[in-house]
Amino acid sequence: MKIACCYIALLLVMVIGFSCKKDNYSAPGTTLSGRLVYKGDPVNVEYNQVPFEVYQYGFGKTGPITGTFAQDGSYSLLLFNGEYHFTVPNGQGPFKWKQTAQGTPDTTTITVSGNQSLDMEVTPYYMIRNAQVTAASGKVSGSCKIEKIITDASAKDIEAVRLYINKTQFVSGADNIAVTSVDGSTVTDLNNVNISVTIPAMVPSQNYVFARIGIKIAGVEDMIFSPLVKLSL
Amino acid sequence: MKKLTITIITAVLLSGTGCKKDSDFLNVQPTSILTNEQAFSDPAQVVSILADLYNRQLDFSGFDGGWVTFADFGESFPSDNGQTGIVQNNQWDFGTWNTWDYGYIRDLNLFLERCTEAKALSDGDKTRFLAEARFLRANYYFEMTKRMGGVPLILKSLQYDFKGDPTYLQYARAKESEMYDFVISEAEAIKGSLPADVNEKSRATKGAALAMEARAALYAGSIAKHGASTPQVTLPGGEVGVAADLATGYYTKALNAAKEIINGSAGAYALYNKKPDLQDNFANIFLDKGNNPETIWVEDYKLKSGKVHNFTVSTQPRYGAEEEEGGRMNPSLNLVESFEKLDNTYAPIPATDASGNPIYYNDQLDIFAGRDARLGGTVILPGSLFKGRKVDIWAGYQLADGSIVTGDDRGAQKTLPGTSTPVQVVGFDGPINAKEFTAQSGFYLRKYVDPTPGAGSRGTNSEVPLIRYRYAEVLLNAAEAAFELGQTTDAANYMNMVRARAGLTIPLTAADITFDRIVHERRVELAFEGHILFDMKRWRLAHVVWDGNKMTVTDLISNIGQSTKRNTQPYGLWPYKLYDPSSPNNGKWTYKIVLPALVTGARRFRLGNYYSFIDDNTRANNPKIVKQPNQ
Repeated sequence: MKIACCYIALLLVMVIGFSCKKDNYSAPGTTLSGRLVYKGDPVNVEYNQVPFEVYQYGFGKTGPITGTFAQDGSYSLLLFNGEYHFTVPNGQGPFKWKQTAQGTPDTTTITVSGNQSLDMEVTPYYMIRNAQVTAASGKVSGSCKIEKIITDASAKDIEAVRLYINKTQFVSGADNIAVTSVDGSTVTDLNNVNISVTIPAMVPSQNYVFARIGIKIAGVEDMIFSPLVKLSL
Repeated sequence: MKKLTITIITAVLLSGTGCKKDSDFLNVQPTSILTNEQAFSDPAQVVSILADLYNRQLDFSGFDGGWVTFADFGESFPSDNGQTGIVQNNQWDFGTWNTWDYGYIRDLNLFLERCTEAKALSDGDKTRFLAEARFLRANYYFEMTKRMGGVPLILKSLQYDFKGDPTYLQYARAKESEMYDFVISEAEAIKGSLPADVNEKSRATKGAALAMEARAALYAGSIAKHGASTPQVTLPGGEVGVAADLATGYYTKALNAAKEIINGSAGAYALYNKKPDLQDNFANIFLDKGNNPETIWVEDYKLKSGKVHNFTVSTQPRYGAEEEEGGRMNPSLNLVESFEKLDNTYAPIPATDASGNPIYYNDQLDIFAGRDARLGGTVILPGSLFKGRKVDIWAGYQLADGSIVTGDDRGAQKTLPGTSTPVQVVGFDGPINAKEFTAQSGFYLRKYVDPTPGAGSRGTNSEVPLIRYRYAEVLLNAAEAAFELGQTTDAANYMNMVRARAGLTIPLTAADITFDRIVHERRVELAFEGHILFDMKRWRLAHVVWDGNKMTVTDLISNIGQSTKRNTQPYGLWPYKLYDPSSPNNGKWTYKIVLPALVTGARRFRLGNYYSFIDDNTRANNPKIVKQPNQ
């Protein structure tokens, strides 16, 4: 009994004296957030499809902290204070990320000290302007103006303009209950694009849908979207 | 006196035995480890080392990986509630299908070095062993290239000098074309050292080397040709992508290698034609282990040896099976409808007539009549036999007013209107939505499923070999290479040989051979043999057929046989029995196209999936490894 008491006491001393010290670090607590913008206008993308990478050097092996932009182009990271390099990998996103002279994606250097908001400036191939999406008599109708941003040698054609609707706020090629696709070659007037889709029967029924218009750019995997709207039926 | 004696004895013992050298005393050869010299002293010993190296080959669809490596890609529905992710996830991770087994490469290189140095082996043995190891190394590099593109081409064992600077061990990725060149040149170099023996299946032969060469050259040629359509899927250093002007050269090599097998110089390989029933004959290619002239190189299994597999346990028709287990692989209607009619035309499975009314059939199998025999050889159709008994696949009774009477358990019983006794209203093999191990697409798999008694029981398992290269694929490789080189008459001849065996006796003419035909023929002949992913990748069709858009029934039944046809969701075809005593069709069968309820996702192959992700850790250790494109 006496020996057991001794061991327990010794154990207590060891636990109290030696644990909870150097091996425990506080969790990262500084928020870095922002969104994709083109000259201040938000760039909307598909959920979970456009990745970004954040690097921090000086700690042995280098590997990225990876994440993806949300539907509205926003991102947010919990980090330690320090210097980070932010980039979007090659070929990702419906936009051009700034490039180095060698043609590799350039990085944005961010010094994080305290919560910070930083918007990422990109150059999309197209922008959807004045998107109007309305619901009436079993249909969702959308109209918008499409502005071609990149017009130099690297300009791309529109493959298709699509109007997606879904029961939830995730609206894209992967998540939709109905879609209408208009071939890019049949869109003649970029200033006045009209498109509509019939709302299918929903089980269980609900009295609202989410909708947005997207542009599929030829040769670019990710689509660019208009802002998400919730429509009451 | 006594003391003196003891002292003298002690002194004698000490001086006589105590002064042995330490090194002699401590340096004892371990009894459980062989030295290199001992290991390579006896041919039987070397074969056992090689056996381990053979065993570590990687297959895309392999029995060692289980039935689930055969599923996916819209060709089947996984009837296992632990695997529904296959039909519910929209996309594949960039890391899917990756491989980076440089431990295996190192062991192969060490084997080559040690075997070269071995003194006790005869020249004949040595040549063959070395050729076999080089074959295994080339075949694994080929497998890596299919998945990763160009990788570091390490051809000798590397040794770290423990001086703190490992940069001399860091190798950059080779070009993708260099990888294929390596595989082709290795095959050419070793083919003469390997036996040209049609009966040697599990060890490397001349036929296996040539089959590997033909396939590798064909892959390289098609990436060169079709890669032009996806300029994004390349890297500036050539680690990914093959230059377009190399296409003709590769296709020529592929055709020549295939021709060498076809003309018999590697042994008397031939199409398997032993059974009068063409469906049974096709199914038997994958089951017959005795003198099968079609198989070229296999991963063999043997009962009671420890090397057996449970593929049949997982996939056999569940009802009546030993231990009532199986049913996990349900081929999709997408695949079933793509088997041609005997007049070489494509048509949907006729569930309804031209005006949309259901067609009623006397026998369950009638709806599938008059099609390519490979359909019944690949798929267990409802109403067909497995192990001599009918599979019990039917979804319920349809009443005159169109309503359905069915149950939610296998073989459930209900009372039909106007009767008083309950009767069975759904098959013991399903289909029942979300009821795992039933035929949820309306079909079961037949290819590789072993009808031998005991093969479907967990305690026994199956010894059916996994075919890595077979003669029909060589013919199709030759057909594709000939077609791409403009030799359409030859292409038609090679295709017709494979098709005649499947009962398609009206030959295709040179003018009939199109790219779509080539794509289609490989899909139906080589279904569930691990080809579809790599074929679609090298044709750069993967992001087209798996484009992430949901499929409608109209999509499903139109454009059959077109290479760009969408294949994102596995559909099913469910049989129903008509219950309408007043109708002449009472008791007949009718069919409905259904999307199994668990299918909620639509597969999307992203451009970043063409070449699998290289681990961040690997790239951090070796900064010379460039990242894959589009990831």
